[in-house]
Amino acid sequence: MSSSASTTPAPTGSQQPTHTPTGLIAFAWTLVGVPLAYGLYQTVKTASSLFGG
Amino acid sequence: MAVPSFLARERIIARPGFNRWLIPPAALAVHLCIGQAYATSVYKSALVEHFDASLTSIGIIFSIAIVMLGLSAAVFGKWVDRNGPRAAMATSAVFWVTGFLVGSLGIATEQLWLLYLGYGVIGGIGLGIGYISPVSTLIKWFPDRPGLATGMAIMGFGGGALIASPLSRQLMNFYDADYDGTAGTVPDGEAVALLFLTLAVLYAVFMSFGALIVRVPAEGWKPDGFDPSTVKSKALVTTDNVSADNAIKTPQFWLLWIVLFCNVTAGIGILEQAAPMIQDFFRDGETSAVAAATAAGFVGLLSLFNMGGRFVWSTTSDYIGRKPIYMIYLGVGIVLYIILATLGSTATWIFVLTAAVIISFYGGGFATIPAYLRDLFGTFQVGAIHGRLLTAWSAAGIAGPLIINGVLDMAEGEPGELVAGDYRPALFIMVGLLVIGFIANLLVKPVADKWHEPKSAPSPSTQEASAVR
Repeated sequence: MSSSASTTPAPTGSQQPTHTPTGLIAFAWTLVGVPLAYGLYQTVKTASSLFGG
Repeated sequence: MAVPSFLARERIIARPGFNRWLIPPAALAVHLCIGQAYATSVYKSALVEHFDASLTSIGIIFSIAIVMLGLSAAVFGKWVDRNGPRAAMATSAVFWVTGFLVGSLGIATEQLWLLYLGYGVIGGIGLGIGYISPVSTLIKWFPDRPGLATGMAIMGFGGGALIASPLSRQLMNFYDADYDGTAGTVPDGEAVALLFLTLAVLYAVFMSFGALIVRVPAEGWKPDGFDPSTVKSKALVTTDNVSADNAIKTPQFWLLWIVLFCNVTAGIGILEQAAPMIQDFFRDGETSAVAAATAAGFVGLLSLFNMGGRFVWSTTSDYIGRKPIYMIYLGVGIVLYIILATLGSTATWIFVLTAAVIISFYGGGFATIPAYLRDLFGTFQVGAIHGRLLTAWSAAGIAGPLIINGVLDMAEGEPGELVAGDYRPALFIMVGLLVIGFIANLLVKPVADKWHEPKSAPSPSTQEASAVR
């Protein structure tokens, strides 16, 4: 993930470079990932009745 | 229409070194919220009972929202491209949350028109702006993998329903202890009103987070190791730009409109009646071999394939190309619909498998279309062009249910009391639509040079000055 995530400098070159904290990226993905995982779990549980006979 | 400075595009231009993997969660934070639109069935019966209204007059709330989605995406598309994703996400959040608040008031005061106005009209505007808000930003951050990027966001729209359905059931159970989510129990109106209030708060927080962390790349930025000339060498992919006003004058735009319309209409044909349809296909007299709980499982499985197809097929399109992947969606879709119509009632696994793959193509069609538009029209106003194309979704949202319900009405029975043969005419109409879509996709050629913007194409912030030829 990290290799393709880094950026080349903007052509203007006038801006100070920044560093995106890994913790912020992990937090952002967790914030959207947890509800998605909850939804997936609940749906798989419902869908499993299709194969439960 | 000016926006407050903290929302302006200029304030969110990423500095060198910014990690682009922060953008997909920003997009997902919005799409996971607005995807709730596909979970309205969870409180439909409660609203019918609360308002003492017909299923149609409650169902129309969802139809209004989808029509408003298409219209607002078309009308505000250029505004979204001009002002950037933070302004768009914040505006979408205001409309979406206000929609829930007004809707809640409508339920609490038993004023159905307030629900139409709130969730349908105001919320629908939030849906449209929110749906297109991250698309062009993602395409610009991921020029090397636009299908993957838009697939992630639009997968979120499918995922939003997966979250909202069980969450709504649990919340309504919390607000009305007599409701336990099983068949036959219906929550009272107060529980639904409180559900709307709760969702409004949750969505306000989530969507604000997305608006807060989203950034746009600086002019001329490209990912490490990415060579734009490799994109140019692919068939149908342009590095030129076409404005939204000019795009709608090209045959390519209208061919893609037909492609999206046909693909969505065909998918809705199954989604609209999924639960009663599987029971009817395996009905013997009064009883069906498929129990109600199993039918609910089938609906859940379709949701998973709808969401998964958005990510998997859109990502695949980065490797095999946009035109070939739509040939698969539409061409294989034709074969699958014929199998469903002729052999679908012979074995449950045939029915389930074909329907699941069809729905994965339905989701894939939604998720791949922004990248297809990028290929043909460039990145300049791709958000606005996408917004205008979404009117095909609105049209399909009307046509799909009309076709399936019209055919079933002719069978003179209610879904849940019919047999497989009653569905066949509708399925063959869908085959015809997919054939039309397949031909439209075949006819897509590169956009003529006369529609391209001058080489020194203006930045999104100066788009208003773009000349319309």
